[in-house]
Amino acid sequence: MKITVEEVEHVARLARLEVSTEEKQSFTEQLNEILLYMEKLNELDTTGVVPTSHVVDLHNAFREDIVQESMPRTETLENAPEDNDAEFVVPRVL
Amino acid sequence: MKLYDLTIHELRRLLDQGETTAEEVTGTIYERIRMLEPKVAAYLSLAEKRAMEEARSWDKKGYGDTTKPLAGVPLAVKDVICTKGIRTTCGSHILANFVPPYDATVALKLKEAGGILLGKTNMDEFAMGSSNENSAFHPTRNPWNLDRIPGGSSGGSAAAVAADECIAAVGSDTGGSIRQPASHCGVVGLKPTYGRVSRYGLVAFASSLDQIGPITKDVTDAALLLNVIAGYDQRDSTSVPRQVPDYRENLLEGLAGVTVGIPREYFVEGLVPEVERAVRQAIETLESLGARAIEVSLPHTEYGVAAYYIIAPAEASSNLARYDGVKYGYRDREGKTLMEMYRKSRSEGFGAEVKRRIMLGTYALSAGYYDAYYKKALQVRTLMREDFLTAFKQCQVLVTPVAPTVAFPLGEKVDDPLQMYLSDVFTLPASLAGIPGLSIPCGFTSEGLPIGLQILAPHFEERLALQVAYNFEQNTDFHLRRPEL
Repeated sequence: MKITVEEVEHVARLARLEVSTEEKQSFTEQLNEILLYMEKLNELDTTGVVPTSHVVDLHNAFREDIVQESMPRTETLENAPEDNDAEFVVPRVL
Repeated sequence: MKLYDLTIHELRRLLDQGETTAEEVTGTIYERIRMLEPKVAAYLSLAEKRAMEEARSWDKKGYGDTTKPLAGVPLAVKDVICTKGIRTTCGSHILANFVPPYDATVALKLKEAGGILLGKTNMDEFAMGSSNENSAFHPTRNPWNLDRIPGGSSGGSAAAVAADECIAAVGSDTGGSIRQPASHCGVVGLKPTYGRVSRYGLVAFASSLDQIGPITKDVTDAALLLNVIAGYDQRDSTSVPRQVPDYRENLLEGLAGVTVGIPREYFVEGLVPEVERAVRQAIETLESLGARAIEVSLPHTEYGVAAYYIIAPAEASSNLARYDGVKYGYRDREGKTLMEMYRKSRSEGFGAEVKRRIMLGTYALSAGYYDAYYKKALQVRTLMREDFLTAFKQCQVLVTPVAPTVAFPLGEKVDDPLQMYLSDVFTLPASLAGIPGLSIPCGFTSEGLPIGLQILAPHFEERLALQVAYNFEQNTDFHLRRPEL
């Protein structure tokens, strides 16, 4: 077993997901199968190999810092599930 | 000749010569869409009123402007690309009502070149899938056999092109999502080099892998569309400031002096004999046209699936953190606290495969596992990239199958995620290396299902892949066949 039901619960909490009892079972089984397959990578000795996070040789991408117009507030709020015409509204935090 | 049958370059010629109008062509295509959508279901939304207005406006303006290579051409766009004022769902319930307040750079470029947006095409949710069965709305069906999948995740775009429900389309490719559906639907698909096309406005799945590219009826159209969408964009810091050549320029060059590498690791157990036969025959065709074929080795090929299915879900788990029910997208109304609202919105908004990948990615990035999974996968990515760089010292392009099988029946792999992942084995390595890859029809099975040939080229050498593909296409007739619908 690579991953237990408890670990699946923990990962779901980290990912801000709720998982049902059935999902817990199926995710545990499926993730185990997938992670077992990933073991394949350990056949390779990667000591000293530099990890690739970016495939094209690009470094810092600079541009001139010029003030530009932003999107109007009304437009940014158009897709909001809830707003008060000026801000996004969320359930009480404090 | 039927108007919906046309390629971009054929339609452009007719429009230039005044033999048809954009209104007539666009109208004909919408008629065909109405007739075929109950069977194929390639689209998620249509923009008919707007498209017809644009068509009439092009007819009025005329076609003299040579800076508008797509003037009057009706196109389909995958629903992962933001289109201002037109719903963009990404195949997900969580974005079911999302109407972008801006255009993706690619959408804008298509519009500025004169393209007419017919509608948005279906896809696996957040581009995660190889069959289109992960769409939250409905599966798309393969126009060649309606009981089969069209491939994924750009299955809607590929099916729309194959069924002549558009003149051409664009899709996106993270691990094969343009090439595999193009192969399964018998059309041409091109994933450009990472950084060649701007990702601004492309809903992010795995940011170090995602690329937008053309899905077309022939190679000339793929070159033509790439001309329009390629180039540096200040709004995508990973796009590469490098000149865009005219990709049509060297299509006509022959294959004399071109060395084609055949990687032995792509002809292994699991590759079905009919696919292998068609690919081997295609290699013989290339040789008969003057190319030299040599065997090469990409020794780390077999690690591609494992490395990709750590890296892509890891990036996805981070990218998809933005769907929290606050700024846009679905919100659960029952959660009393902010945390409860987050959890419920995400759990109700995302489908099973998306949740699975978020879980997998979160696990691979979590404390104690980062080095064992994520770092290890990035190191293997380096080895795979080096494999290609070494191979390209011996040959200009590589030729392989696109997928080990042809389009499989709907439902076959839907309950077995690992089997679904393994079907991407031949497209993932090029994605991990960031090199361009093209899929072109190279045969049909005895049951009449299309088989695709993959042509891979070094970084920023799309023109080489296009040149080899064009020579192949001009000497075969697979691209001229159409499904009976």
